Amino acid sequence: MDLQFSPEEEAFRAEVRAFLKDHLPPELAAKVKAGQRLTRFDQENWHAILNKKGWLAYHWPQEFGGTGWSPVQKFIFDDECALAGGPRLVPFGLSMLGPVLIKYGNEAQKSHWLPRILNGDDWWCQGYSEPGAGSDLASLKTTAVRHGDHYIVNGQKTWTTQGQHANMMFCLVRTNKEVKSQQGISFVLIDMNQPGVEVRPIRTLDGDKEVNEVFLTDVKVPLENLVGEENKGWTYAKYLLTYERTGIAGVGFSMAGLEKLKVIAQRVQRNGKPLIEDPQFATRMAKVEIELLNMATTNLRVIASVADGGVPGAESSMLKIKGTVIRQELLSLVRRAMGPYALPFIEEAQFAEYADAPVGPKEAATAAAAYFNYRKLSIFGGSNEIQRNIISKMILGL
Amino acid sequence: MNFQLDEDRRMLADALGRYLSEQYSTDYRNKAAYGAQGFSADTYAKLAELGAIGALFKEADGGFGGDGVDISVVFEALGTHLVAEPLLGALLVGRALTEAGSDVQKAQLEGIIGGETIAALAHDEPANHYELNRVATSAQTEGDGWVLNGSKAVVLFGDQAQLLLVSARTAGAVGDEAGISLFLVPGDAAGISSRGYGRIDGGHAAELVLANVKVGADALLGKLGEGHALLERICGFGLLALAAESLGAMDVAKNHTLEYLRTRKQFGVPIGSFQALQHRMADLLLEAEQARSAVINAAAAIDNPDYLEREKALSAAKYSVGQIGTLMAEEAIQMHGGIGVTWELPLAHYAKRIIMIDHQLGDMDHHLARYIALQAQERAAAKAA
Repeated sequence: MDLQFSPEEEAFRAEVRAFLKDHLPPELAAKVKAGQRLTRFDQENWHAILNKKGWLAYHWPQEFGGTGWSPVQKFIFDDECALAGGPRLVPFGLSMLGPVLIKYGNEAQKSHWLPRILNGDDWWCQGYSEPGAGSDLASLKTTAVRHGDHYIVNGQKTWTTQGQHANMMFCLVRTNKEVKSQQGISFVLIDMNQPGVEVRPIRTLDGDKEVNEVFLTDVKVPLENLVGEENKGWTYAKYLLTYERTGIAGVGFSMAGLEKLKVIAQRVQRNGKPLIEDPQFATRMAKVEIELLNMATTNLRVIASVADGGVPGAESSMLKIKGTVIRQELLSLVRRAMGPYALPFIEEAQFAEYADAPVGPKEAATAAAAYFNYRKLSIFGGSNEIQRNIISKMILGL
Repeated sequence: MNFQLDEDRRMLADALGRYLSEQYSTDYRNKAAYGAQGFSADTYAKLAELGAIGALFKEADGGFGGDGVDISVVFEALGTHLVAEPLLGALLVGRALTEAGSDVQKAQLEGIIGGETIAALAHDEPANHYELNRVATSAQTEGDGWVLNGSKAVVLFGDQAQLLLVSARTAGAVGDEAGISLFLVPGDAAGISSRGYGRIDGGHAAELVLANVKVGADALLGKLGEGHALLERICGFGLLALAAESLGAMDVAKNHTLEYLRTRKQFGVPIGSFQALQHRMADLLLEAEQARSAVINAAAAIDNPDYLEREKALSAAKYSVGQIGTLMAEEAIQMHGGIGVTWELPLAHYAKRIIMIDHQLGDMDHHLARYIALQAQERAAAKAA
């Protein structure tokens, strides 16, 4: 057993760190560290910086513009980016659609869409969930009916994250109602800038508007936008979800969150002493730190077990549950550290451009909103209950 | 990075596993563990022969292992088979000898590794609660030697040990770290009276009273008055060992429970088809993986020269197995239903051992508090630097 990173891996870490030092814009890192809202430009800018270096689609095969990095290198990259305050990459094109096209798309689809993902020509969103089909995804009702050289799509998608920016949507549609619910689903690519597509924002409990409902009325989708075979979309959808869950442990983000929490807890006072010395608060902080250190090792064990290629299977469900619970606890502790100053909510203060003095400690502007916003972690990507179902079925055989 | 055991460790684990699977059935174990001596001398001799004790020590000290992975491999196997034999005492006292013993003192290691000498750490006292500094037993000089007086509590196999490592105060007040010294005392030294008893999880322990126990100058192990650090160091090895043992026992508890969910029928279907139980079982699985990671972290840290890094990892591991082990034991019993609370069921004995590990060398509350204290030391050091 050897828990050390190899000299080559340490050298790679140094290379990543040096790159981040030179190319991650400090004002962007400051925003991320403060938990402030990022703009579309912030996200596109960071993608472009990474793309210029050839590090954007780092988990794709090299022939499509990926890096050929080992699972450990990918872990190190994620870790360093998170610690440096790099924004989370927008996953829809990069980590969701990209791998599906690479595995199941035809040559024309690959050569057209993949470079556009790298260059930021399209902003993709995900058309999976529907009002009646969340965790029970296979019960989706949006229909696609063949009509000459295209499909006519009707239905409603929901929880479409950042759909307000998107010009393209990868979408699950029902192409056969006569068969078992998993068997009549197809995976299609929809141009959002056409008649019949209507995007309506859903305001979330923290006041944000990053998720949307998407109404599809007689929307035309050319047959060439069908990925893989008709009625086989469930296979591709599941493949995509496995990718969605890799890296979901979010160790780097939690490490960064813990550091932030410690800084706050040293500054905030309770009973005239730093909060970090308060027995109850210190206890909760220590518990979550120990859990995080344990999970970091579990994460490396899962990575080491797939070092020969492939993606983790049901193990990623364990990481999703544990990782999201830990991140939520860290956000909960930041909120609690604010005391009564968690209450004020000045929406504009969540943006870096806000020029007025903060109300209360400077973290207070975002603490409660971030806590509420990230309740989604244990719900999206297959709720933690669904992950337990997967573990129960795939690992335990129950 | 590599999380696989190397060839030597795998062979050791296989040999131990094979022997224990064949020769150490639950019936055999329970008869010995809950019997008059609390262990089987035959089994202990065989474990020594197989190298289970030697693997806890470095080659230079007469063993053939001694690093964190060796210790965790051995103790995980002991946990898997619920071994009641006194290996923990061998590890604690043996490592005290290797860490601080004179050549003459170290000579006693041979008997420990060979399984002929049963050794016991006599540290806890009726009025301490896992604290290493709360030593009231006194050692006073008399001529060249020492006279020991005091009481020691729940000394594992303390009534049968040939070699006791006794903590005693040579200066300072109860609660001080300074002024604690460690003494090697023969188990049959005049003035020691013992009250032995069985433990709820199998195995034996004893209350010891030391009344004017006279030992020579050569009984002092390590430096006078500086025993606290040595005690902390050897208990560190014990924390790793106990965490690994708990892990082995947790794996069995988890597997037995899973098997039960698959086979036990209620309402005409296996109870494992109920989502309420599936989700709890899924949580047990993922928590057990966290416990394994905690043990790996502790094994990697055991020889880390950075005191705070090392001790934090050890306390984190003991806290983790305390927390997760309690969940595992309680859930395993609950999911077994009525049969879970019977003596007849092997699982019940695993559950007892898992819970009782939390009562050795500091429980989860103790180690969480210690972890927090170590963090505070770290902050103070960072501020000073």
